[in-house]
Amino acid sequence: MNSLIQRYAGSSAASQQRRNVSTVDDDDEFSDAMWGSEAGFGSLAKGVPSFMVPSVPDPAAFLRLHTDDHADPSCKIKIQHGTTTLAFRFQGGVIVAVDSRATAGSYVASGTVKKVIEINPYLLGTMAGGAADCQYWETYLGMHCRLHELRNRERISVSAASKYLSNLVYSYKGMGLSMGTMICGWDKTGPALFYVDSDGTRLKGDLFSVGSGSTFAYGVLDQGYRWDLTDEEAQELGRRSIYAAGHRDAFSGNTCNLYHVKEHGWDFIGNYDITTLHYDGPGNVSGSPGHGYGYEIRVEGQTSANPPEVVAQA
Amino acid sequence: MPDTTSLDHPAQRAFNPYTENGGTILAIAGADFSVIAGDTRQSEGYSIQTRYAPKVFQLTDRAVLAVNGFAADGNMFVKKVKQRLEWYRHAHSKDMPLRAIARLIQTMLYGRRFFPYYVYNILGGIEEDGTGAVYSFDPVGSYEREACRAAGAAQSLVQPFLDNQIYFKNQRPAHNTSHPVHLPLATVLSIVIDSFTGATERHIEVGDGLEIYVVLAKGRGLHGLEGVRGVQELTATDDGERVFVVRRELKKD
Repeated sequence: MNSLIQRYAGSSAASQQRRNVSTVDDDDEFSDAMWGSEAGFGSLAKGVPSFMVPSVPDPAAFLRLHTDDHADPSCKIKIQHGTTTLAFRFQGGVIVAVDSRATAGSYVASGTVKKVIEINPYLLGTMAGGAADCQYWETYLGMHCRLHELRNRERISVSAASKYLSNLVYSYKGMGLSMGTMICGWDKTGPALFYVDSDGTRLKGDLFSVGSGSTFAYGVLDQGYRWDLTDEEAQELGRRSIYAAGHRDAFSGNTCNLYHVKEHGWDFIGNYDITTLHYDGPGNVSGSPGHGYGYEIRVEGQTSANPPEVVAQA
Repeated sequence: MPDTTSLDHPAQRAFNPYTENGGTILAIAGADFSVIAGDTRQSEGYSIQTRYAPKVFQLTDRAVLAVNGFAADGNMFVKKVKQRLEWYRHAHSKDMPLRAIARLIQTMLYGRRFFPYYVYNILGGIEEDGTGAVYSFDPVGSYEREACRAAGAAQSLVQPFLDNQIYFKNQRPAHNTSHPVHLPLATVLSIVIDSFTGATERHIEVGDGLEIYVVLAKGRGLHGLEGVRGVQELTATDDGERVFVVRRELKKD
């Protein structure tokens, strides 16, 4: 506060100098704001993001040629890919569950990725597609949600937040952004869930799964989903679905991160190793079946691969 | 403008501003220290351009940045990060905290989303709470805090070794014992040196020299570093954190 008063009330040499500096025309790339407290915002220094674009006839074709957009794993600049994420709405809020594997071609680039982006204490976004696109734009969305709060003295609705993101990525359509995300939260209307992707699609719904492992997750999710699931049952369904995707999809795996959005905001429920889930289950947590999820464990003694003991003796 | 090209044959042109300069970098975080290392060979294809091209740079007394990929992009990127950190110093009369440098690097990399820097960054140093930290980035700015990370040509050789030796992945502790959460500095240094000698043996783009930067937290003694041959202090301020560099030779064939 003091510095603010000083800036506008003072007639000292320093404040004089400061006023002179601000009248100088902004440099193309850097504004004067970058020298001061805004010196950390990179491409956001002018308030809106600005991006350097190569001076070629078709910048999107240039980007496609040099970066890996899943179709061509041989090119140099590898952007992290491959995912299973899911979110569903039910009586007790929204369950968000994701895996933690990032792949570059067939190399497992990381097994500890945080694919749930904590936009603010009552909004979550999920990460599928380009890791940087999701991280950057959802952090940027968080800034604008805070500005909405300051301007309107109330929290932004999940619908408005997701539409903000959807309009934002739509303005870059065709430039090569890649993101498939679910914006989850709780607002005046109760638990809310929206699917937003870089094509500009925005869908409201009760149940979504995004990524290469989504088909496997949907399989488990659809057979276990009911609106009146208890909190424990719902959390277990989220965990079990990510496990299924991690088990059957090579591009998904490592660990499962589980979040539960309730009226007071989101809670982080836990991080579960998918190998541990296979053999031992989620451990001593509510909703746990008390044993491993593994196929071999469930069908023990019931298939030709591991026949019942009576047959084995015969 | 007169047309100087013949239109007889169709010719395909592409803007190709990138090349790959080999080499490997790695960083490991300890409880109250951080180690950031890289080899010094720079190559293009099968020919070695130079045997000494640093890939690890001291940013502040608590932050060290390692860059790998396209050397020209890397050097320019480091130059721009250093410039932004200097501006921050002039505005705030202090060095930027490590987590803020990490976010700065994200926004700077993402600013080139449509014309990326072909650079893999690893940032190591000391957090404001005194803990050792490593942040790793992809070329367009997605980042994550980790305990250890290898990047570059021999990433796929070094990272599994680190997973085994640092995270004790797929190892069971001996009966009635447990794996340590944080390793002592002396152990980490020997793991780093072993990683690079190993990578030099099995990867043609790794070798020549090794530079290991060590960042120590405020008030931490030298324990583990005093006996190391050829250690050199680079600390510039009296904030408390200290930076050292250790140089080693690697095989040159």
